[in-house]
Amino acid sequence: MSDPVKPSLLTLDARTKKRNMAETRFRMYGLAAIGTGLAMLVLLLVTIFGNGLGAFQQTFVTLNVPLLESKLDKKGERDLAKIKKVSTFGYAPLLSQAMEDALAENGIDSDLKAKKQAALLSKSAAADLRNFVIANTDKIGETVEFTFLANSRVDGYLKNRVTRTSIADDKSINAEQLDLVDELVAAGVIKKRFNISFITGADASDQRPEAAGMGVAMMGSFFMMLVVLALALPIGVAASIYLEEFAPKNWITDIIEVNISNLAAVPSIVFGILGLAVFINYMHLPQSAPLVGGLVLTLMTLPTIIISTRASLKSVPPSIRDAALGVGASKMQSVFHHVLPLAAPGILTGTIIGLAQALGETAPLLLIGMIGFIASNAPDSVASGLLYPNSAMPAQIYEWAKRADPAFYERAWGGIIILLAFLITMNTIAVLLRRRFERRW
Amino acid sequence: MKENAMDNIKISAKNVQVYYADNHAIKDVNVEIEDKTVTAFIGPSGCGKSTFLRCLNRMNDTIDICRVEGDILIEGEDIYDRRVDPVQLRAKVGMVFQKPNPFPKSIYDNVAYGPRIHGLARGKADLDEIVEKSLRSAAIWDEVKDRLDAPGTGLSGGQQQRLCIARAVATAPEVLLMDEPCSALDPIATAQVEELIDELRQNFAVVIVTHSMQQAARVSQKTAFFHLGNLVEYGETNQIFTKPSDPRTESYITGRIG
Repeated sequence: MSDPVKPSLLTLDARTKKRNMAETRFRMYGLAAIGTGLAMLVLLLVTIFGNGLGAFQQTFVTLNVPLLESKLDKKGERDLAKIKKVSTFGYAPLLSQAMEDALAENGIDSDLKAKKQAALLSKSAAADLRNFVIANTDKIGETVEFTFLANSRVDGYLKNRVTRTSIADDKSINAEQLDLVDELVAAGVIKKRFNISFITGADASDQRPEAAGMGVAMMGSFFMMLVVLALALPIGVAASIYLEEFAPKNWITDIIEVNISNLAAVPSIVFGILGLAVFINYMHLPQSAPLVGGLVLTLMTLPTIIISTRASLKSVPPSIRDAALGVGASKMQSVFHHVLPLAAPGILTGTIIGLAQALGETAPLLLIGMIGFIASNAPDSVASGLLYPNSAMPAQIYEWAKRADPAFYERAWGGIIILLAFLITMNTIAVLLRRRFERRW
Repeated sequence: MKENAMDNIKISAKNVQVYYADNHAIKDVNVEIEDKTVTAFIGPSGCGKSTFLRCLNRMNDTIDICRVEGDILIEGEDIYDRRVDPVQLRAKVGMVFQKPNPFPKSIYDNVAYGPRIHGLARGKADLDEIVEKSLRSAAIWDEVKDRLDAPGTGLSGGQQQRLCIARAVATAPEVLLMDEPCSALDPIATAQVEELIDELRQNFAVVIVTHSMQQAARVSQKTAFFHLGNLVEYGETNQIFTKPSDPRTESYITGRIG
């Protein structure tokens, strides 16, 4: 060796140092990237839960309502047709009376007029009471304990959304009413508790944010998913099997393949306008119906399912196909007996991820009218679930978010929590199914 | 039991040409394969021996660009005749592949699959019997008889390959094609499979493709040497390895080409 100084292994040379530095830097970048992602996720979750958890709580007013025969059934005949003739206006005096009684009972003095006192209740209170009376005519004449939704301003006051300064320009509530609320809370008449009807109930009009719920939109989403699953899975899997296993490889199948990949990248709103043009305008399927929504989402989901199914079929080792053909199985037997079971976990995962995508999709629903529609009742059969106008969870959230009343804003966040719960559940199912199928051997 | 040579011909290939698109992979091969004999195909990589083997049960049909010309007769019937269904043919001409490829199912189901799809068993007992017989003839019965429900993929490489042989035997084939059946096995497993091949000769015509000349010499009675798509020499194994008539064969078996 002509080298004068023999390099030692114990000291790092310049190149090694540089290389190690580069590696350390790269690790830092990676950590920074992951850290940013995690921070965003935490921020997102904190915001969602901070804003949305309130929607699961609602303020209720418990009153003893005298169901006066003189107001509801003057002749005492208990004739349902006649009782039904008493409109919600007829119930208003009962509510005022009940409120007055509650104040008297708890020794609360208020200068407010009866109407202002009753305004603490939701605008749906009279209707709720009327529905109760029509369902229970035998209770007329008695005094019944009834729990009403509180007005959204009262609810907001208990949740610190509405404050004494924020109501300065608010015509629906004033400071005296808030004083009364304070006293009623102290007396235990007004209480905040878990509100199941946010999860099960229907949307409500602009005037009654406190009554709005996610339930009916959930049914809409459910029926859409049913349609998507029933159509996209068999069509997608059949198409993939044919393309992957049977179709000759030529320019026609190449074009089909390119087009499927392109379809997966088409913005969902394009599928929406396609659905509007074809399913509603041309085929005259009912507007706003989950059936149409499901068909549109099927179109949107199909490329995803086809691509993931083909990928999982491709990943089945060719030796399995050879083995099956080698013992004299037909092409179809080799596919259905051997290839498909091995590809099933991948297909399932792809399908569930496709479904989850479809579940969260809003844009196409805007175009087929599944938005802004207030279904007052949950569908009572599969047919009505599919054909009657409805909304869907993301559309409902969008609808709430754009309404003026901040009480709806809270419900939009609450709706997002429910939607996320659904998506997380579906993804968990996907992971579990995958594990289950893969563990077989 | 010495039979007339003509009666003993199981497969006869005449002027077989195989093309992969424009690539002429098999050039005018003529060969007659005898029944109850092990025939070895040897030759350097890419010489076409596997391709030719896969012509014998029409596995090449699964490759779109592959085209076969000429006649391959099994007991006088042209297997490339338009009336022949390759699926039916493959039950008659079983195949064992280079890499053991058991189905990801139980050992029992691996063997029972062929008889099931071909309707060979008349009931559960019948099927059990076929499975046992096949596993016995593949010399693996004693090792797996207590765990027929265990997955076939959980066996060792050599056991898997013998399971694959049992699976091929279960459909009651007349010819057994083996495409480098020992190339993924260790020497002990190889010895077991070679021993098995010798036993299988009692009932089948066995055609084996191998890279190992020692293996060809050990297990086969007839040897065919392929080179660049041509069948260079075909004859008694003894004669090929001791007195090859073609200089190319000699170079190959002495290690100068290949």
